[in-house]
Amino acid sequence: MALLTLTGVTKRFGGVVANHAISFQVSPGEIVGLIGPNGAGKSTLFDVVTGYYRPDAGRIAFAGHDLVGLRPDQVNRLGIGRTFQKLRPFREMTLLENVMVAVMQHTPLPAAARAEALTYLEFVGLAGKGDVHARNLSTGERKRLELARAMATRPRLLMLDEATGGVDQRTIPGLVALIGRLRERGLTLVVIEHNMRVIMALADRIVALHLGQVIAEGPPAEVVRDRRLVEAYLGGAYARGA
Amino acid sequence: MRRSTLVLLGVLAVLALALPVVAQLPYHRDLVIKVLLFGMLAQAWNILAGYCGQISLGHAVFFGTGAYTSTVLQMQAGLNPWLGLLGGILLAVILSQVIGYPCFRLRGHYFAIATIAVGEIVQTLALNWEMIGAGRGLSLPIRPDSLAAFQFHRSKYPYYYIVLAFLLICLAISAWIERSRLGYYFRAIREDSEAAASVGIPVTRYKLIAMAFSAAFVAAGGTFYAQYVLFLDPESAMPLSLSILICLLAVVGGVGTLWGPLLGAAVLIPLSELTRVQFGGTGRAVDLMIYGALLTAVAVYQPAGLAGLLRRAWGR
Repeated sequence: MALLTLTGVTKRFGGVVANHAISFQVSPGEIVGLIGPNGAGKSTLFDVVTGYYRPDAGRIAFAGHDLVGLRPDQVNRLGIGRTFQKLRPFREMTLLENVMVAVMQHTPLPAAARAEALTYLEFVGLAGKGDVHARNLSTGERKRLELARAMATRPRLLMLDEATGGVDQRTIPGLVALIGRLRERGLTLVVIEHNMRVIMALADRIVALHLGQVIAEGPPAEVVRDRRLVEAYLGGAYARGA
Repeated sequence: MRRSTLVLLGVLAVLALALPVVAQLPYHRDLVIKVLLFGMLAQAWNILAGYCGQISLGHAVFFGTGAYTSTVLQMQAGLNPWLGLLGGILLAVILSQVIGYPCFRLRGHYFAIATIAVGEIVQTLALNWEMIGAGRGLSLPIRPDSLAAFQFHRSKYPYYYIVLAFLLICLAISAWIERSRLGYYFRAIREDSEAAASVGIPVTRYKLIAMAFSAAFVAAGGTFYAQYVLFLDPESAMPLSLSILICLLAVVGGVGTLWGPLLGAAVLIPLSELTRVQFGGTGRAVDLMIYGALLTAVAVYQPAGLAGLLRRAWGR
């Protein structure tokens, strides 16, 4: 039984079709990598699933609930956490406060929320910076903060938009290890990622988007050899030559 | 935070005790009462704008609602002004939800502009509504001095203690909001409403809650004003300039802090009275010029306001 099921999801902006009849499933405990060139519609799809955009057509089912028409906060309370490609920490709040805000839907009292938030900061390796304002963090630290904040809402499914995008090479292995440990905690993940090495290491399955459509789907080793994917990234000539 | 709260309470206690010594002239007493009243209005505005980040320039509507509700109920139904106060708060809260629900679809400047428009509409309605005296205004019936009647003529000191109590209640509830989940949610919404939604915060609902608290205290201030001045008209009880003044006090004093708005009132209200005394009727706008200059200075040099300046001076 799939945890998340997309059926024919379509999202248009005026004449531009950002997502066209996208269908796939995510099973419990799985890590699904969502890949595709810039403009393929990956982030739009995240926004559609998490309630920021309403799809023009199609159905989205999560753990027995229909997500279409729900607000982002309702989607989150059903058990989907997310991060943003363009990181959005609460800048003028401390790290601890950033995570406390997320904890509070389950643990309303500040003192208890503080203790719980600390465990998430520890998990992502930011425990020592609890009193630092979020605006003072490096990009890598912000990624970890967003992860802690999303986890703190106790989701069953975590959707990470560009897990390692924009951080320097040395920070990537730590982030990858962190994401691996999320699975050990029983989380299901959908991860948008451009770094193929990262996605090969993490994902059980890959869904490839191009121009708003699913062009390939399957185990990583198979998908990367898919001719349509190579065409999408590099153009037709390379694929024919290969 | 806790130390600054104690300092604030200390200052207020001293102020409360010192008043009969310092403010013996009616003019001084009136000034102190105004500072406390506007301190409360600015803090009430701060709950919505400072904590939750929704800049309203229509808060005079709630002030007018409080002032008119208690007055009209008193004059037409003989209702006790204290019950009228509660009625005014209730009506202002309902109105705040009716105004807030559509306006909160707008972000940033557009929300502020919408609240200006609502303020102007409500004032125009009041100017033409015969039942509440239209443009002529309402003179409250004079009653013998008593707490029950909320009127004091022989000595004005009771007004001072009442407004002090209002202010303390407003500050206490603000302090509670700051420390509770409400305050955390408000600040998260101010920082980034979309990120706030992603962690399960129903953003519009919490904006409406902030608006309700804010409107309630401003309405209480409105009733106090009506009982203190004993005359109301739309030009004095709900002008745009009042909405802007409330905002300026909080901004100059320190947006998003517990004691900044009161500090702003304590500095700017005497300043405006002073210019009025200095320049008389010809200097009606001089205080606004000074406000403008101060506001520019705050925006450029110290966005955290006077409160931020003091905090820095204290080295924390």
